[in-house]
Amino acid sequence: MNLDARIPSGPIEDRWDKAKFEMKLVNPANKRKYNLIVVGSGLAGGSAAASLGELGYNVKCFCFQDSPRRAHSIAAQGGINAAKNYQNDGDSIYRLFYDTVKGGDFRARESNVYRLAQISVNIIDQCVAQGVPFAREYGGLLANRSFGGAQVSRTFYARGQTGQQLLLGAYQALERQIQSGKVKMFPRTEMLDLIVIDGHARGIVTRCLLTGRMDIHIADAVILATGGYGNAFYLSTNAKQSNATAIWRAYKRGAAFGNPCYTQIHPTCIPVSGDYQSKLTLMSESLRNDGRIWVPKKQGDTRSADQIPEDERDYYLERMYPSFGNLSPRDIASRAAKRVCDEGRGVGPGGLGVYLDFSDAIRRLGQNTIAERYGNLFEIYERITGEDPYKVPMRIYPAVHYTMGGLWVDYHLMSTVPGLFVLGEANFSDHGANRLGASALMQGLSDGYFVIPYTIGNYLASMKLEKVDEAHPAAQEVKKDVESLTSELLAIKGQRTVTSFHRELGQIMWNYCGMARNAEGLEIAVGKIRELREEYWKNLKIAGAPGEFNQNLEQAGRVADYMELGELMCMDALQRNESCGGHFREEYQTPDGEARRVDEQFQHAAVWEYQGPNQIPIRHREELQFEYVKPTQRSYK
Amino acid sequence: MRLTLRVWRQKDAGSSGKMERYEAPNVNEHMSFLEMLDVVNEDLIQKGQDPIAFDHDCREGICGSCGFMINGVAHGGYKNTTVCQLHMRHFRDGDEVWIEPWRASAFSVIKDLVVDRSPFDRIIAAGGYVSVSTGSAPDGNTLPIRKQDAEIAMDAAACIGCGACVASCPNASAALFTSAKISHLAHLPQGQPERYERSLAMVRQMNAEGFGNCTNIGECEATCPKSITLENIALMNTDFLRASWSERPPASITGAG
Repeated sequence: MNLDARIPSGPIEDRWDKAKFEMKLVNPANKRKYNLIVVGSGLAGGSAAASLGELGYNVKCFCFQDSPRRAHSIAAQGGINAAKNYQNDGDSIYRLFYDTVKGGDFRARESNVYRLAQISVNIIDQCVAQGVPFAREYGGLLANRSFGGAQVSRTFYARGQTGQQLLLGAYQALERQIQSGKVKMFPRTEMLDLIVIDGHARGIVTRCLLTGRMDIHIADAVILATGGYGNAFYLSTNAKQSNATAIWRAYKRGAAFGNPCYTQIHPTCIPVSGDYQSKLTLMSESLRNDGRIWVPKKQGDTRSADQIPEDERDYYLERMYPSFGNLSPRDIASRAAKRVCDEGRGVGPGGLGVYLDFSDAIRRLGQNTIAERYGNLFEIYERITGEDPYKVPMRIYPAVHYTMGGLWVDYHLMSTVPGLFVLGEANFSDHGANRLGASALMQGLSDGYFVIPYTIGNYLASMKLEKVDEAHPAAQEVKKDVESLTSELLAIKGQRTVTSFHRELGQIMWNYCGMARNAEGLEIAVGKIRELREEYWKNLKIAGAPGEFNQNLEQAGRVADYMELGELMCMDALQRNESCGGHFREEYQTPDGEARRVDEQFQHAAVWEYQGPNQIPIRHREELQFEYVKPTQRSYK
Repeated sequence: MRLTLRVWRQKDAGSSGKMERYEAPNVNEHMSFLEMLDVVNEDLIQKGQDPIAFDHDCREGICGSCGFMINGVAHGGYKNTTVCQLHMRHFRDGDEVWIEPWRASAFSVIKDLVVDRSPFDRIIAAGGYVSVSTGSAPDGNTLPIRKQDAEIAMDAAACIGCGACVASCPNASAALFTSAKISHLAHLPQGQPERYERSLAMVRQMNAEGFGNCTNIGECEATCPKSITLENIALMNTDFLRASWSERPPASITGAG
């Protein structure tokens, strides 16, 4: 398997400029001769489809929602990082690069991260020009807030709805291209497979969710921007329909999967309340700017929060990590919460919760200031729990939030299948083993607005692609495969619903492949997932028919994929005999319980190559070089 | 608690629908309304019946996918709350709950509680943007924006496009939705160059989609889960009028040197 990352040579600050200059161009008059497919309409897909349409390509964009404006990027709350240094507090492109490489626990590719930091400044400019209503200071200039893993204020935000506003900016740019005829939008349409002809990605097979019709779409290149796979855990902060089907089916057509075990568990989510729970709700990390996290010092303390005096409280993040305190990175804060709850000091039902307390901040700044900063988040909290966080501290617990792993891509964002590009959370590239807050929006928009428009041109201009159409036997073959998969699912006619299987899979994943993992548990998990998968294909019960609007059938196909992906995540976690970022193996920790990396053996990305149904995939490596940020034990003390 | 549900069931756009009765015997007060429906649907699937179709996705009140009428009120009528965030603690044991899709001739029913809201996308496509292509933006701090204007723009931009305004309006008008975007961009310097053309194009598209006229009833504002205000409609009307008076045919094409 060719894992040449095509990283340009030379000083890191010149690499992207050099790459852009060396890339071949498609002249403006020729762009309209190329057809491109973009799957997904979130920050990465929406910005890519709009930008490619502006350049003159013919773009088809697909989303399963009823409108491209509903992609899950919309739910991002806190903000987007950019190395503007508007605050005069010592920020720079190099510092954002450094923080991101360190935050990712030295498991990301340096050149990609540097490019991301460089582009971050252009993203803010672009979004302001589109009319994104970022928060402003009284003088009219852009405001910033701090986020985890950084000691500078570089996060731009639009109240607690930054993802929504950035997505609407990209969506509006996309609608402008739809109006001009350069982008054709296919809402309520799901990609079910990738068409590879002569080793190149040449199209996709889709199912229209309204009618069940399967269609072949042929193109000169395919871009996947379909988000992460956190829903393999059933309960996560992802939207209910966010799914891994597009990337998983591409994996089975030859696109290698990078670091599937790197999962981010977000420290501040509303705890689970019952077994009917369908998803978990995030409380933005920005709350940790003013909220203080604590648990009682005593085990099993059942007094209400206001009855526990100051000296009987353990502000454990401030105690353990004095220099970053409540703004420690997500992986660290999540594990610390698990640790204090495991010690029997958790609060709320079942002892699975810690307090996030605003009373000091309200005393210091007044309720109005807190309401202005976080009002909508407080409202969400109250709506869900029935408790008023202005009066009693919030209760929070970690939950699955983001997946750093994804399809392997090179510096051009191309996967191991030529012509298949992967953007945003769907790829594995920029966050290493842990993503810092406010960096997902930055990466999605960087990939879509400013990277893919260059790299795809280079690909198209260097290729001589044969002309193919929908009648091509390879395309017809893929369509037949998809149709037979659907009929197989419907033919099972067993006893258990899709949701009951999905929940059980989620339990296995959370128990064995969640915040803390060990070899024994991961082996058990692999066995259990295989058994569950076998039962799935024997005992599944689906309502309705294939040729109609059938949400249960959509769900069944997605869960079938999680049943396979979950196993790969566990296998990857089992083989990575070290702890790094979001991947914490209990066998590999320092005496004080911090993650212990094993750089001599694991300073690489694990890249998995599919070998066929029920075959063990091959684990390849992409060795990582750290020329600028020397790997050290990550310390936030 | 135990609830009786009366739910609108309609196979597809071409079929006629009717209200069906379902029992929800084990409702927990911490469930969201959609989680309550999930439980009912699991039971229907087990019994070999067709589950109730409804649009939903993020379940945190921001994607705008979900929404239907509960006892005749869009999203159930709790302030700033979409159905995914409406928790069952607001209901009482023995309640009878009537659930129907958005009703508007511009939004056709796809199945059960799912409706076609694509007219909203076409209204945005008609002009709900700033025409700025990627790469041509000046530094973000070049143009200071008065904090108060940025806040007003943000208030309007908070619209999630759920369609509750249309469903609540006796005229099935989309004025609140359309005006929210017009107002968001009209309050920012970046939105000025196209301000008046935008209001003409978006209002005309809104009319072409078959939405009714606004007669200042205010049901939309009362049920909007994001507190979008009627003030936006006033701004839209002012801009539309001004634009109509000063509208000129496109400049004639004379060719370039």
